[in-house]
Amino acid sequence: MTQMVALLIGAVFGGGLYLAGMTNPSKIVNFLDIAGTWDPSLIFVMGGGIPVAAIGFFILKKREKPLIFDEIQVPTHGVIDRPLVIGSVLFGVGWGVSGLCPGPAFASVLLEPAIIIPYLMALVLGSLAYDRIQR
Amino acid sequence: MMTEFTPMLSVSGGILIGLSAAAVFIFFGRILGISGIVARTLNFDFGQGSWRPFFLIGLVGSPVVLSMVSPSPHGFEPMGLIPMLIGGFLVGYGTRVGSGCTSGHGICGISRLSKRSIVATCSFMAAAVITVFVVRHVLEGAL
Repeated sequence: MTQMVALLIGAVFGGGLYLAGMTNPSKIVNFLDIAGTWDPSLIFVMGGGIPVAAIGFFILKKREKPLIFDEIQVPTHGVIDRPLVIGSVLFGVGWGVSGLCPGPAFASVLLEPAIIIPYLMALVLGSLAYDRIQR
Repeated sequence: MMTEFTPMLSVSGGILIGLSAAAVFIFFGRILGISGIVARTLNFDFGQGSWRPFFLIGLVGSPVVLSMVSPSPHGFEPMGLIPMLIGGFLVGYGTRVGSGCTSGHGICGISRLSKRSIVATCSFMAAAVITVFVVRHVLEGAL
């Protein structure tokens, strides 16, 4: 049950990224290129996604318990610290350079493996580097 | 390299993204954050019922199925290999330090009005806009 639901949610998410245009790196870079060939489409992705996600979160809060899992695991601490900002800035630089964030990269990996596999290998390396430094 | 402004397609895709985020909230009580799902899967933390790898299989597979039904309306115009490698590493490392990416902070976090996620989203958006400005208009595509 859990696995079927997870697979289906992943499929809907991947389909959404594909339909929205998130999987074309040039579309992302154009969204970020306010001074150049600006493409505001990404605002519409967020505008479509955030309210629907908010309704989902509202329902979860009302229920107090998820439908399948036993407990809610959503971070509640609101501390704005240096790692949050520095990490997000590093992510933003990488996103701007490549035009890809993690979701769209996974959504395109089988369609464009020659381009995406090197990106994902570098991404995994970055994630593993973090684990190394943390230890 | 212009790309076409696609408000209808993008809002439709956005709604599907929001639906999947809502479903992860309602069914699992978790955040739909790809960087977190990937990092935990890499560390063999598959989560209750191995939901994380199954989610990833659905994510990787569905665009393939869709592309067989109809080709992407947006195309695929990537950057060169060097930007992909630099970008991939910074995304992999930065999302761990900052505990999230566009899905976890940008969609889920903002949807629940998390202060941390709002700060994170403003930070990565600003950094990305400045990066693109520098790459395209200062270095003029030297990368």
